[in-house]
Amino acid sequence: MRPARWSIAARLALVAVGGIVMVLPFLYMLGTSFKPHAFLFELPPRLVPEDPTTANYATAWTGNDFGRYFLNSAYVAIATTVAVLTVSSMMAYAFARFDFVGKRLGFGVLMAGLMIPGIITIVPQFVLATNLRLLNSLNGLVLFYTGAGVAFTTFLLRGFFERVPRALDEAMTIDGAGPVRKFLRLYLPLARPALATAAIFSFLGAWDEFVWALTVIDNPDKRTLPIAIAAFQGQHGTEWGLVFAASTIAVIPVILVYVAGQRQFVSGLAAGAVKD
Amino acid sequence: MATLTVPRESRTSGRPGVAPRRPGGRRFELTPYLFLLPGMALFCVIVAYPLGRSLQISFYDWAVVPTQVSRFIGFDNYVRGLQDSQFWLSLANVGVYLVITVPGQVVIGMLIAVLLDSKLPGRTLFRVLFYLPVVTSWVVVALLFKYLFTTDGGAINWVLHDTLHLVDHNIAWLQGRWTGLMAVSILGIWKGVGWAMVIFLAALSGVSADLKEAAALDGANAWHRFLNVSLPAIRKTLLFVVVLLIIGGFNVFISVLLMTNGGPAGGTEVPLTYMYKQAFGFLDFGYASALSFLLAIAIAVVSFVQFRLFREDSGERR
Repeated sequence: MRPARWSIAARLALVAVGGIVMVLPFLYMLGTSFKPHAFLFELPPRLVPEDPTTANYATAWTGNDFGRYFLNSAYVAIATTVAVLTVSSMMAYAFARFDFVGKRLGFGVLMAGLMIPGIITIVPQFVLATNLRLLNSLNGLVLFYTGAGVAFTTFLLRGFFERVPRALDEAMTIDGAGPVRKFLRLYLPLARPALATAAIFSFLGAWDEFVWALTVIDNPDKRTLPIAIAAFQGQHGTEWGLVFAASTIAVIPVILVYVAGQRQFVSGLAAGAVKD
Repeated sequence: MATLTVPRESRTSGRPGVAPRRPGGRRFELTPYLFLLPGMALFCVIVAYPLGRSLQISFYDWAVVPTQVSRFIGFDNYVRGLQDSQFWLSLANVGVYLVITVPGQVVIGMLIAVLLDSKLPGRTLFRVLFYLPVVTSWVVVALLFKYLFTTDGGAINWVLHDTLHLVDHNIAWLQGRWTGLMAVSILGIWKGVGWAMVIFLAALSGVSADLKEAAALDGANAWHRFLNVSLPAIRKTLLFVVVLLIIGGFNVFISVLLMTNGGPAGGTEVPLTYMYKQAFGFLDFGYASALSFLLAIAIAVVSFVQFRLFREDSGERR
């Protein structure tokens, strides 16, 4: 089937319109982040500011401690990613390649955890975080993000581990390899694409998380980027220039991580979702 | 750990004729439990235990201050929730949100996926563009849309009023109930459509090209090929997407909180913003927990009905 040329052009036009709608708000945000205060609500709205200034970035970075918030977010996101991948890959291995009493129950409980909207547990989690003295703690954020991310990542990785050929597993067994060595030398290397997918999900999830951080962090020094950005919504109106400078700063790592891992991201997402 | 388990492993799975997955007659093995321990422990502490605890708290007039005593009040919080008109209004609002955003994301996502499924120049670029809002934080996009929907000087009103002349005055989007819900829903579609697209694309790529070709040879046009070949083949994926979008829609929170904050006068309140206010605004933890369980029940019922409907539907067709 070779579609006619006009049909390709028509489809391309349709997709292009959609693509522009998707990306235009981001471009507008970028442009606005360089606008002086007086031009924030100029009409007609301009994508490219007439008199661009980096003042918003300077104010965000120096006047509002955004360097610190950026580092806080980076620390939380990276630590969460490492922790989630470590414990989830171990669990995925156990679920994929062992038979044991309680296997179905254990996996069922995990999957139930996946279905339940996370925010339902926010009250007791807050009580727990208070009791464990984990309010205003970045490591506390890491701990909770990791616990919350374990079910999804295990689910994702288990699918890949199950596809590792049994012949390879048995060959290593005959060579005298134990479960730990098989895990480290066979399963983890073969699951690298899945691990990359899981890493992207975990990183972005922790980088963008808002509600929990909003609830347990009120020390300004411990703010992550999302709550710092939302804090620009003051009682006397929002400081839009700062909001968008800060948002641009927050979005750049997301775009880098996503574009770099785009192939893995899509294939991993598809592998989990499509089971026709 | 390794040296202990090596002989057992090799004896069971290495011996010919023994099915490796059969647990029968196996000796107890510690290894899998050791692999599970850290993750399961964390999951239980952070997710499973708070879930049980949430149920418990929902039956109490919960004292936030540790020196005071919580009082067991049975189902009172639930009764109060069911009689709370503001809670029902928040459910109605999330209903409006679902009715707009779920079909919006499914239809547009499917359309884009079908268009990108064929050979099209720049399809990778388009995938990235459509997925960009999905990976961007809710906080950033909620504030961005709040800015776009500003009454005077906002880009949306400028397009509608100054450019297209569709309205005769600037709409105060975020100051009214219906317009506020509309703005939040438009953001919901814009942010989620890429997700639906990616899932549909993956499913469509699995549809046999032979079938499509055969249908084309039989004279079926693109629409009929989609309706009779592709759509039935990706039924389960469609169900999956719809159910997840509904569950996700019930979770709408940040966009409402940051764009309208539930206002005016609670008019755009959704269940999670209302629950969050009860918990951390009024420190009524017991009531907030009961509300969250009522919401969970609502989500479970809707998902269950969804699965049933789709199953019966597909049963009749075959």
